[in-house]
Amino acid sequence: MKSICFFFQLHQALQLKRYRFFEIGNDHYYYNDFADEDAIRYLADNCYLPANRTLLEMIHSSNGKFKVAFAISGVMLEQLEQYAPEVIDSFKELAQTGAVEFLGETYAHGLSSIYDENEFKAQVQEHSDRIHDLFGQRPTTFLNTEMIYSDEIGALISKLGFKGAIMEGAKAVLGWKSPNYLYKHPYAGNLALLPRNSGMSDNILFKFSDWGWDQFPLTAEKYIGWVSATPEEEKVMTIGMSYNALGLNNRPESGIFDFMKALPYHALMQKISFATPSEIIEKNKPTDTLSTGEPISWADEEKDLTAFCGNDLQYEAIHKLYAVGERVRLCTDKGIKYDWMHLQSCDHFYYMSTKHFTGNAVAHTGQYESPYEAFMNYMNVLSDFLQRVDEQYPTTIENEELNGLLKTIKNQETKISELKAEVKKLKGKETKKETGEENTTAKKTATKTTKSTKKA
Amino acid sequence: MNALMFGWEFPPHILGGLGTASYGLTRGMSLQGDMNITFVLPHPHGDEDQSFLHIISASCVPIVRKDNDWNYVNQRIGNIMHPDEYYHLRDNIRYDFRRIGTDDLGCVNFSGIYPKNLMEEISNYEAVASVVAHAGGFDIIHSHDWLTYPAGIFAKHISGKPLVIHVHATDFDRSRGKVNPQVYDIERRGMDEADHIICVSNLTRQTVIEKYGQNPAKVSTVHNAVEPLADREQFVKTPRKDKVVTFLGRITMQKGPEYFVEAAHRVLQKTKNVRFVMAGSGDMMNQMIHLAAYKNIADKFHFTGFLRGKQVTEMLAESDVYIMPSVSEPFGISPLEAMQVGTPTIVSKQSGCAEILNNAIKIDYWDIDALADAIHAIVSYPAMYKSLHEQGESEVNRITWEAAGRKVRAIYDKVLGW
Repeated sequence: MKSICFFFQLHQALQLKRYRFFEIGNDHYYYNDFADEDAIRYLADNCYLPANRTLLEMIHSSNGKFKVAFAISGVMLEQLEQYAPEVIDSFKELAQTGAVEFLGETYAHGLSSIYDENEFKAQVQEHSDRIHDLFGQRPTTFLNTEMIYSDEIGALISKLGFKGAIMEGAKAVLGWKSPNYLYKHPYAGNLALLPRNSGMSDNILFKFSDWGWDQFPLTAEKYIGWVSATPEEEKVMTIGMSYNALGLNNRPESGIFDFMKALPYHALMQKISFATPSEIIEKNKPTDTLSTGEPISWADEEKDLTAFCGNDLQYEAIHKLYAVGERVRLCTDKGIKYDWMHLQSCDHFYYMSTKHFTGNAVAHTGQYESPYEAFMNYMNVLSDFLQRVDEQYPTTIENEELNGLLKTIKNQETKISELKAEVKKLKGKETKKETGEENTTAKKTATKTTKSTKKA
Repeated sequence: MNALMFGWEFPPHILGGLGTASYGLTRGMSLQGDMNITFVLPHPHGDEDQSFLHIISASCVPIVRKDNDWNYVNQRIGNIMHPDEYYHLRDNIRYDFRRIGTDDLGCVNFSGIYPKNLMEEISNYEAVASVVAHAGGFDIIHSHDWLTYPAGIFAKHISGKPLVIHVHATDFDRSRGKVNPQVYDIERRGMDEADHIICVSNLTRQTVIEKYGQNPAKVSTVHNAVEPLADREQFVKTPRKDKVVTFLGRITMQKGPEYFVEAAHRVLQKTKNVRFVMAGSGDMMNQMIHLAAYKNIADKFHFTGFLRGKQVTEMLAESDVYIMPSVSEPFGISPLEAMQVGTPTIVSKQSGCAEILNNAIKIDYWDIDALADAIHAIVSYPAMYKSLHEQGESEVNRITWEAAGRKVRAIYDKVLGW
């Protein structure tokens, strides 16, 4: 029996406000809250809420046979909680049906999988905790930022305890192989790989509302027909896209919601079932291995990283940012940690892409008029952020030395109280004369500790 | 196809962008092979490049019949025009222009610049046009800029051939809204009479449609381009400690020099190692010197005075940032010239060239904060400089007059119904 595996991705970075260079060092708040609220409300009202209602209805009307998975970034969850908490509630409701799986990803929806391994591990854990808190399940399948994937990332994911990962079914990796099977990682244990069927996904995401498409209009019957027309041995069809496909890329009047609602009926008629990624991994055996040394993603025609790190602007911004990763993880300042997380969202770098100048890629410059403007604004913000990090931990001190100093600071309180206790003890025991002597030694040690504190 | 063009300036003797554009366009069109261009100029010097077009000097066209022998004519104007052509044109004098003051050859001496009696020159030029039009031998008439519209109209009425006018600027750009009614009248009449109007940018096209009440269907945009730089390697930036930010052009209201000074002030508050250069001269120069002194940035703000020829390119090549904060610029070719030597460029959105450039920073001319921010970004973030430097140069090298010429040709074909 064939299975369709649906998944949707939800993410939106915090929008940076217009931040001029004369603010550097003066203003440490970087975000445009009004625009964020506006954007999230718009997404919630036009897409997330109606789409969640539709999927819930589909699950109920198919007696739980319709299954779906979601990858929601931590940054997105934060914003939803703040501006549209009813969306979180409706996801909770979906989670309770048991037909919904939540996928793991990085908290910031950033590029740490490529540039900062430690950050990656920390963020995946943080995201997993967040999902667990909200929806009561721990992700076991991984969907990296923009489906960025390579063997190395696969090995990392496997080490973090994930059973499987969804990757882009890019031609460069698959070659003659079909995406409609379950594969596995070449060396990292039992990590199962689910390649996305990009053609079938794009048919919904991009072509559903395209009047010029020769298959227009797309009906559920036709769509399921294509699935059932694949060879009998191809058991899995992984279809995934941005959640914006339901309601934004395809407006409600395009009939997208009715199309979705009709899918379970036609699928079950053709004896095609639905499954979540973890069910697929459980029920199927990998047919072969898939390997890619170069990272791939689902972006543009090239399916590589050029949309995020393809020009000098992006390269400089990314490298300046990740250069301070270790330092930021050492620090405990909540403000810095918060900004560090939000500055990592890959959207910021995506806006700097200049690919549309020459190629046929679509321009995505966000709230900016040009990639250059996106870069300027981001770099101004980043300069201020780096200054703040530097103020806490000057770059003149090596990381290791810094670590040692931090340890001293951390331990100094315990040390002081220890010494105090000792002094007390000695005071009781010794004669008055001797106590005076001991006291000076204790003082000496104390001054030593304060000295190193100052240095830090 | 034979085109009769009326122009006012042509290199090497030019006063503004009009001459450069006339040269580039005709050269680009000549590459089509079957394009013969006759270009009427008020006062050519004889050292113009005539390899791809034929120049007629209006100062050598007789408008009043005078009898002179061949040798005398040859001696007088032989370096500019062949005597046979003089006699051929003389045979085509059909009207009595004796009211106009002429010399012993029956010609008017044009200044070829923008003199006090400009209106008189324009109407004398019209008289010349009548003679040239009667001589015939062309399929279409093309007038560059408002000074030559009356000549184009007259030629159209005489020959019955269609008229295309090329709007390089309107009086709304030149006067910041305080339009000279006499100029407006000439422009308006030219546009009304034209069979097709070519504008150098969508910005200008919009002005033509809105302020001159033209039918959008007969107004097209053909963006200007830039001649490739033959000796690019010659212009390199000498390494220096301070970054150089340059304004280059006439220091006049239209070019927005005061915004440059204000932005310089903001940048210097926060950034060291930056110097600002204002190159060129103009009626607002003294005012700008005062402003720089008043803002207390005179130690980092320099004036060069008027630059000519190669000095311009050298100045552009030595700069780290080139800025054109024009309040209203129909096209503006100098940002393209700056990009040719790899200098990152900031242009105002009120400039026509902003419409075709990707790898340049675009700001509103009044947005001093944005301008200062862009300057800061280019001098502080290496990737910004590198990207604009490399991508900008390669982009501008793809903008060619040949392509612009093909667009003009397509308009000719459409107007003629060929």
